[in-house]
Parts: sequence; C-alpha cells; structure tokens
Amino acid sequence: MSSLTHKEEVPEGGYRTPDGRIIGGVLMDLKDITLRFGGVTAISNISFDIRQGEIRAIIGPNGAGKSSMLNVISGFYVPQEGEIWFRGRKRPPLKPYQVARQGVARTFQNIALFKGMTTLDNIMTGRVTRMKSNMLEQAIWWGRAEREEVENREVVERIIDFLEIQAIRKTPVGRLPYGLQKRVELGRALAAEPDLLLLDEPMAGMNVEEKEDMSRFILDVNDEFGTTIALIEHDMGVVMDLSDRVVVMDYGRKIGDGTPDEVRNDQAVIDAYLGVVHE
Amino acid sequence: MSDTFFFAVEVAINGLMAGVMYALVALGFVLIFKASGVFNYAQGVMALFAALTLVGIQSGQIPFAHVINATFGTHLSSFGWNVPSLLAILLTMGVMVLFAILVERLVLKHLVNQEPIILFMATIGLAFFLEGLGDLMWGSEIKKLDVGLPQGISGTIENVTHEWFGYGFFIDRLDIIAAMVATVLVIALTAYSRYTKQGRALRAVADDHQAALSVGISLRFIWVLVWSIAGFVALVAGIMWGTKSGVQFSLSLIALKALPVLMLGGFTSIPGAIVGGLIIGVGEKLFEFFVGPMVGGATENWFAYVLALVFLVFRPQGLFGEKIIERV
Repeated sequence: MSSLTHKEEVPEGGYRTPDGRIIGGVLMDLKDITLRFGGVTAISNISFDIRQGEIRAIIGPNGAGKSSMLNVISGFYVPQEGEIWFRGRKRPPLKPYQVARQGVARTFQNIALFKGMTTLDNIMTGRVTRMKSNMLEQAIWWGRAEREEVENREVVERIIDFLEIQAIRKTPVGRLPYGLQKRVELGRALAAEPDLLLLDEPMAGMNVEEKEDMSRFILDVNDEFGTTIALIEHDMGVVMDLSDRVVVMDYGRKIGDGTPDEVRNDQAVIDAYLGVVHE
Repeated sequence: MSDTFFFAVEVAINGLMAGVMYALVALGFVLIFKASGVFNYAQGVMALFAALTLVGIQSGQIPFAHVINATFGTHLSSFGWNVPSLLAILLTMGVMVLFAILVERLVLKHLVNQEPIILFMATIGLAFFLEGLGDLMWGSEIKKLDVGLPQGISGTIENVTHEWFGYGFFIDRLDIIAAMVATVLVIALTAYSRYTKQGRALRAVADDHQAALSVGISLRFIWVLVWSIAGFVALVAGIMWGTKSGVQFSLSLIALKALPVLMLGGFTSIPGAIVGGLIIGVGEKLFEFFVGPMVGGATENWFAYVLALVFLVFRPQGLFGEKIIERV
C-alpha cells in the first residue's frame, strides 16, 4: 500500500484537497451503468469515477439505488449496460470472489460476518486472497503454508491493534454488540489490503459515539494506508465531513456530483432531500 | 471379580468399537451438513460405492463388464491384473474426487439458493443413482475386500488380559485399527478446518455465503472440496465396513444407523459424531446384554432409534449441536 498523501506534485487527473492531501488519477471509472431487475430500473445511465486515494461518497434518499451501485462495483450484480474500468483496464463481467481477488474489498449494510467464528478468524478470512500456498501444502502444513500463516497472522494483529479491538480477539463475533461487529467487518475488509474499499452504510444504526469512532477509523485508514474508499451513507452530515467528492443519486439517476460544498448548494440535491412541490 | 462383570466390560468395549464404525459414517454427514447445510442422504451409498470401486480396481475388474457383455455378446470380466492395495486406494480416491466435481457441476450448481429440503431430495436422487451406477459398473454380487488390514481376535490381548484378570477379552483386531483410524481422521480433520486457509474458507462458507464471496472465496471450489472430503471419509468407512462384513448392498444401510448417532451428537459437531457413535455403540450392546434377555432379545435393531427419539424430545439440537434460537 503506497501513500500518495505526501507527494508534492498533483498527478494527471488528480487534484489537491482543501486540507492539502493530493489525490491521484482515476482508479475506477464507471461509464453509463444501467441495471434493471425485470421491468424495474434500479440504476439508470450513471457515470462517475473514483480516484486514487480519495474518499468518495455515494449518497441519496432510501431506494435511490446506492446499494445496487455498490453491488455492481463489487460484482454481486452485473449491469445490463455500461462499462467498468479498473486500474486503466476494462473489466469483464466477474463473479464477486473474482472482483475481491482483484483488490476490491467491501462491507455490508446488514453486517455479513461469520458469526460462529472469532474476531481473529473472521479477519484472517480476509487474507484468503493473499495466501498463495496450494492445497497440498496446506493439508500437510508444510514450508510455505506455515510461514504464510505466521506472516498473515502478523498483518491481522496489526489491523486488530489499529482498530483497537484487542480485547475481543477470541470472542465469537455473534456475541459482540453491533458497533463492534461493524468494526470487525471493517477489519476483515482491510485485511485484504484492498486497492478499493467499499463501505455500505458503515454508520447505519450507530449511536453518536460509535459514529465518531467509525468516522475516525475511515479517515485513519485513508490517511495511513492510502486506501481509496467509496462509501454509501444517507446521513448527510457525516458524509460531508468525511468525503472528498460526493455522488448524489435519486430514483436510480445521478443528480449531483462534486465536492461536499458544491453538492450542498445544488438545487436538485436540495429538492431530492427536502422534497419539492410538483406543480 | 466375577466373570459376568468382565463379560459386561468386554461387551462394552466391543460396543465402543462398533460405535467407532458408526461414527465414521456419521462424520461424513456432519462434514457436508456443516459446510453446505445439506443433509447428504447419499453418504451411505457413497461408502458402498467407494468400497465397490476399491474392490473393482484392486482385482482388475473391467467396469461395466455386464453392460458391455450384454450389448455386444462378449465375455469380458477382468483385465487380468491385480493392483496393489495402496495404489487402488489412491485411484479410488481419485474417483471420489471426480464424483465430487460431477455432483457440483451437474447438481449443486443448479440448486444454488434453493430450500434445504430441495437439496435434501436431490441427494436422495443421488443415492439411488449412485447405487445403480455401482451395480452397473461392478456387478451386484457380494465381494470380499482385503487391503491387508489385520483381522480376527487378537491373541495378544486375550493372553495379556487373561494373565491380569483371569479373564481373556475377545477383541477384534480390525476394530482396534478402525478406532485408531477414526481417531487420526478426526484429529486431522479438526486441525485442517482450524488451522489452514481452506479450512477457514470452509467454515466461512458454512457461515455466510455472501460474506465468503466478498472476501474472495469461490463457493463452487469449496463445495467440490467438501464433497471430496466426504468422499474420502466414505472411502475410509467403506474400507472398514467392507473388510468387516463384505462389500454388499446392505453396506449402504449402515447410513441409517448414522441418523440416531447424529441426533445424539448434533448435526453440526465433529466431536458430537464421535461421542454419539460411541454412546450408541456401547448403549445398544449393553442394553442387549442386560435388558435383551428379558424382552426376548434383538434390541439392537431398535435401541438406537428409541434413544434418538428421547433426545429429539428433550434436546433436539443433540449433545454438541448449536442451540437453535429463533428470533421473533
């Protein structure tokens, strides 16, 4: 993981944020994405890009198609139309596990953890894509397999320290409170050392304190590891503080795209959130 | 001490050994159930099929000889060679892996996201299919399986126990081997699922499909892996049972004995399968010994099922199963 934060020059396609961080070129480019379920159009002709090192938010009212968008990026849905370009290459339709192997990790809105497994084991599963030893080596626990297990354990322990969840390392995650489960899920996604981290409503259902913790972790991940993050949220306030650029969706269409300040003052966005009288 | 006491102990020990054999079959069920939530009705037939294939390969039988002979009027029966036991076992394992791949390709892949009951019915179909295939490939006559495992009453144990207690225990050497094999198998499988990448992936898939996909685990690969492991366990069970009582159709019926074992031990627990097997094994032998004479014998046929019924009423998740909590 390389940090672009402290480079001096702004690379091509990049920009400088108000707080002085430097954002790189385009990491993922979504072009004219359309997704239909039968006769229902969940996403209609949406294009936007995600740049190296930025925190990109997708916001919108309930049912706007935000989660569908995230599922398209992570390969759970295959759009009927449009192209996805990742690291400068057009991506063919892939299965979710193949997308994960390309370096895209995600969390889920309703938390999809392995409930019977401990925190440590859950985060270790995040290393699956990083382990190279084959089945035979694994089965007889020989050479590479053992070395890998130790190396990966070290990475996982660092993540556990980073997220301040040492105390629950050996606890089955099914027993943890909601906020901690969300944190473990973030840890599992981080364990893959992703190029692109997708967070589906990372703060949904949290109290104020938990939200603040989560915001801090998201900023720290971006700052320390230089990880590009795309997140969905419908809490406007949180998003505006966190993100560099924001895509606004409503009824499956894109109605706004820009910095938090630009979006906040956009009439279409205000209408979508506050409602508008149709004459 | 009296001979009756020692005889009871001997009965109990033999019960333990029989229990190990039940546990071996139950283990195959637990593995697949844990990883995919499917109750694999075909597990018993898989053991039969594995044993048939092993004998067939070992004795150089030509597969489908009956079909070929009937169709073309030939008189084929054997390649005329004998394959060494170890090689034959490896080849049979290859066949079981092939079977796992075919099951995934032809059956499971098309039933993703279906109700468990649908998958269960698919495995019933699979059981009938495999039974027929086994018959067609290798013939339906009773076969003798000998891979060089020691058999018969152990003279050493009889002599030693006679010296110590003045009572010689009759214990079959094959049962002792089976107990050792089962122990090694369980330790190996537990270690595999706990400390390896695939083991962790296996548990992950069992827990949550979506989450497993999102961290880069291929469900299809894991299913092939699980069915291969179940095939391996079926092969081990097939070898043990086949050596003990010959390779024949009734081998597939031992799967029925695995059901009460699972109800006792819990469908999701590997140690549960072992303990359940042991309890049933010892229980039915001792029950036959003490109570059998009073009710005219033959209690072994129903004891296990009655015990399972009692468990279903008072502890439906079994001794080691995960407690089922339904949130309302």
